[in-house]
Order: sequence, then structure tokens, then C-alpha cells
Amino acid sequence: MNITIDYFLILSAIMLGAGMYGFFTRRNTLAILISVELILNAADINFAAFNRLCQNGLEGYVFTLFSIAIAAAETAIAIAVMINVYRMLKNNFVDELDTLKW
Amino acid sequence: MDYSQFLNMSQELSLLAVILILFVADLFMCAEDTTLTAHHSQSAGRPACRNKSVLRTPLPVILLTLHTVLGIAPLVCSSCCPTDITAFGGMYVSSAMAIVVKTILSVGTIIIFLTAHEWLKQPEMANKQGEYYTLTLFTLLGMYFMVSAGHFLMFFIGLELASVPMTALIAYSKRSQESAEAAAKYILTALFSSGLMLYGLSLLYGTTGTLYFAGIASQIDATNLVQLAALVLFIGGIGFKISLVPFHLWTADAYQGAPTAVTSYLSVISKGAAAFVLFVVLAKVFSPMIEQANLLFFWVIIISITLANIFAVRQKNIKRFMAFSAISQAGYLVLGVMGATPQGLTAIVYYLLVYMAANLGVFLIISITEQRSRNDRLVSQSGGECSGKGLLISDYNGFYRTNPKLSFLMTLALFSLAGIPPFAGFFSKFFMFMAAFKAGFVVLVFIALVNTVISLYYYLLIVKAMYINPSDEPIAPFKSDCYTRAGLALCTAGVLLVGIISWFYTYIDQFSFGL
Repeated sequence: MNITIDYFLILSAIMLGAGMYGFFTRRNTLAILISVELILNAADINFAAFNRLCQNGLEGYVFTLFSIAIAAAETAIAIAVMINVYRMLKNNFVDELDTLKW
Repeated sequence: MDYSQFLNMSQELSLLAVILILFVADLFMCAEDTTLTAHHSQSAGRPACRNKSVLRTPLPVILLTLHTVLGIAPLVCSSCCPTDITAFGGMYVSSAMAIVVKTILSVGTIIIFLTAHEWLKQPEMANKQGEYYTLTLFTLLGMYFMVSAGHFLMFFIGLELASVPMTALIAYSKRSQESAEAAAKYILTALFSSGLMLYGLSLLYGTTGTLYFAGIASQIDATNLVQLAALVLFIGGIGFKISLVPFHLWTADAYQGAPTAVTSYLSVISKGAAAFVLFVVLAKVFSPMIEQANLLFFWVIIISITLANIFAVRQKNIKRFMAFSAISQAGYLVLGVMGATPQGLTAIVYYLLVYMAANLGVFLIISITEQRSRNDRLVSQSGGECSGKGLLISDYNGFYRTNPKLSFLMTLALFSLAGIPPFAGFFSKFFMFMAAFKAGFVVLVFIALVNTVISLYYYLLIVKAMYINPSDEPIAPFKSDCYTRAGLALCTAGVLLVGIISWFYTYIDQFSFGL
């Protein structure tokens, strides 16, 4: 069976949709973080798949590598922030982050 | 590979050298107040650091000033307009305008370091003040890369390098709940918007097969819906950095919760870099789609300016108030993007310079009053209850009677932000409106003008609080230290002179034709 570009694009579109849905509906900051990771990975899949389609150079693959590294850095600092929030509030639900409003 | 290409990135390299020097200096130097440090470190079981020199505001400021002067030197020395410098096959492009923007950004950072002196002097900051400089300069380095990107990979890395250490800066007050909350809100929205932008870039890559700015432009087709989606996602991602209205929800919270020195950095430096990049990308990459982009920005600008003005009127907290003021100023800043004309580019860079002087002036005064009144209130109330809450606008009641000089300087800066004629803010708004008017957006300019009047109302609310409103407990009179004075002198000079001396505008204008 021949795996065409469509399969990759549909997969990444589903991941993007799931990530956005999770971002808006989840109440736990870590779950929100996982949803954002889905969005980032959807974009990475797109880059790799498009590079396979275009077959000129390695731009897409290199971009994927860099964006994975950057996503890791972002996640590290996001988790650090969340640990700090947890220390103060003893939970990490976004509903509780309501000191700053309006 | 030709390693001499690295030398083309001279400004980035010298900034990196500054960062490394400060990083190493942080190891061998310690805070000024040795008695307090000794107390802290003894309790932690470490030997007190004595007989070491002092890492304090002078070293970073001097190094950064050197860096700025070296960076602008090639522009000043050569009489003619220098050509674009490229490296790595066009991934890195440094135009003359990019050098001007980088210089403006680093001057702003110098002023912010001067602002931060008073805040970093507190005993609880003694152990971690070195981090502040390193993190701030790393975000500045990210903005440098962003400003002179010629490839979307470079752009994306620069954007992330600018926003990831920024989170650490917002969360800098480790014990303050506001700071942590602001950082959580900032990082989640930042990740979301950069994720969406990355998806947009992948669509762009899929439809054009390249990520070089120069290569994409020829393959953009205004009727291609996928590329249109990429444009929208890109504007969403960068609009988050500039805090335009549909993407502004993090702004007020992050501004209020972050330490004041970080807030001023967020409101001027990162916003300015992003606005310049937005213009460059629209002009270079999305130029065939300029009609669609204009339609989008038409509404984004109207909503940004109007909504932010309405919300600013009802704010009580002064930093939150400045956040909404910054959102509305961002709307004016993006006005220059409309039509992507060379005149618009000049207007953006000039607006950035003027806005930097005025806004940093206001934040300097907020920062120093916050520090000084904080100590008073902590003593008088004997509880840390109000320590993290920040100042309210009503706290400035009677400020003129106790601190006439500071309130006068604050009035000048606020008038410049509102755009009252003798000050620089008037001229920057004037050039901005002129650029948009010539590009043919008459209705937009009219709406922006009406909003200028509304903004005058709320800027005057602060002036009224300082001069007219009586107060039983005004902020006690204080003398500011020499760093704050130097920063204030720079800002006031910017507010008064940049508008009147037309050299600034014509100097910036001569570089804008390359685009």
C-alpha cells in the first residue's frame, strides 16, 4: 500500500484539532501543556511530510529537529513555572489562577 | 563551510560576548551589600563572599553601551547607505534599518537596566541579580536574530529565544503569587500562539517548498486558501508578541504580575522588535497578499485601539493601566504596517523610538515609587499584605506636593504618550497617520484620531491624581539614586528632543528605501 501525503496531513490536522480542543477545555495546567505539545507535533509532522513530498534539500527535516528542541526547552520552563505555582496554591488548576483579573 | 561568515553577524556576536562576560562575572562577583549577603549565605552554610568586586548596574550598563556604540559604528562611519549584509546563504540578512532597530532596542535595554537598579538592590535579590542581566540579554539576542532573519527557521528560533527566557523573567519574584500566575498565563498563551504559527509556517512550506523569505515571495498566490490560512496563523503568532487585540488577553495579567523592570521590557522592547519583524515579513514574504493582510489589519487595529482605550479608563492598578495603554499604542504601531510602504517603515521605527522614551520614562517613575513606598508601607503596616499588589492610581494622589520633580517628568512622558504637540509623541503619531493616510486608509486614520482624544482622557486621569486630588497619606518625599536619574534624563531628553530635532526622522528615513 502506498502511503501518500494525505495520510500525514489528515493525521496532523486531527492532532491540531485535538490540541486546540484540549487547550480550551482542560483545567489542569499540565493537561493544557500536553495539548500544546500536540499542536507543536502536528506542525512537525507537517514539515517532515512536506519535505518528503518536495524532495529538495533538508529544510523541513532540519526545521523539525529545531522545533523539537525548542519545544523541549519551552516545556521545561513551563513545567518549572507550574511547579512554582503548585508550591503556592497546592494545586495547578487554571481556575485557581484568578488573582489577576480584568 | 566558510566560517568567516560569522563575522557578518557582528552585532549578535558582540552581544553574545557581553552575555558571556556577565555570566562569568556573576560567578566571581557578588552583591554590594556584604552584610546582608553574609547573613544569607551563612544561614545556607556557605562562606560569605568578601573581598570580591561588585556586580551591579555599572558593569552591564557599560558593556551594553560599548556594544551599542560598536554596533552603530558602521552606519555612522560610512557616508553612503550601506548595502545589506547576508550570511549563510541568505538566512541572516542585516539591513541598515535592522541595525538602527537593534540600536534602539539596546538603548532601551540600557535604560531598563538603570531602572532595575533600585529593585535589584533589595536584600532578597542579592543572590540572583546576575541572572536578571543574563536572561534579559538573551531575550535581546533572540530579538536581534528575529529582526535580521532571512529564513523562517532563523525567525522562529529568534522568536522563541525572545519569549522563553522572558517567562523566567516574569516569574522572577519567586515568592510572589502574582508573578508565578502571570508567568503561567504568559507561557501557556505563548506556547499556544507559537504552536499555531508553526503550523502556519508548515503550510507555507508545503505550498512553496522553501522557507527563505526571498524564495517564498515569488510563489505566493493571493487566491490560494492554504497560503491565506498561513498568513492568518502567522499574524496570530506575531500579534501575540505585539499584543494586538484578539491575542492580547495575557498582556494585562503578565504586566501586572511581573516585576516592574520586566514589565517595561515587555511593553517596549519585545513589542518593538515584533512590530518591525511583522513589517519585514509582510513586505518581503506576503507582498502579493497585501490586500488581504490590509483587510485583516484594518479591523485588528480598530479593535485594538478602541477596546484597549475603553478598558484602560476603568483600571485602578497603574501597571494594569499601562498594559492597556500599551495595547492601544501597539495598535498605533501597527498602523504603519498598512500598505507596507517605505514611509510606513520609517514611521514604525520612529514611533518605536519615541514610544520607548516616553513609556520607559513612565515605568521608571512607577518602579522607583513602588520601591520607595513599598518600604514605607511595609514599616507602617508591619505586614506584607500590600507588598505584592503594586501601586494603584489613587496612590499617586498628592504626588505633586511631595515629589514635584518626578511628577513633572511623569507628566511630560504621559503627554508624549497621548501625543500633545511639543513632545515627541505628537510627531511620531503625526508621521504614522501620514503614512497610513498616503497609503489610502482615511477611515482608519480618522478612527485612530478619535481614539487619541479618548486616550488623552485617561492619561490625564493620572496627571489629575498627581496634581489635583488631595490625599491624606501621599507617597513620602524621596531622593532617587543616580542610576534612576540617569535613566530619567535619557527618557526626558528623548521625549523633548526626538520630536523637535528633525534629524532623527530624516536619518531613519534614508534607510527605509531598501524594502
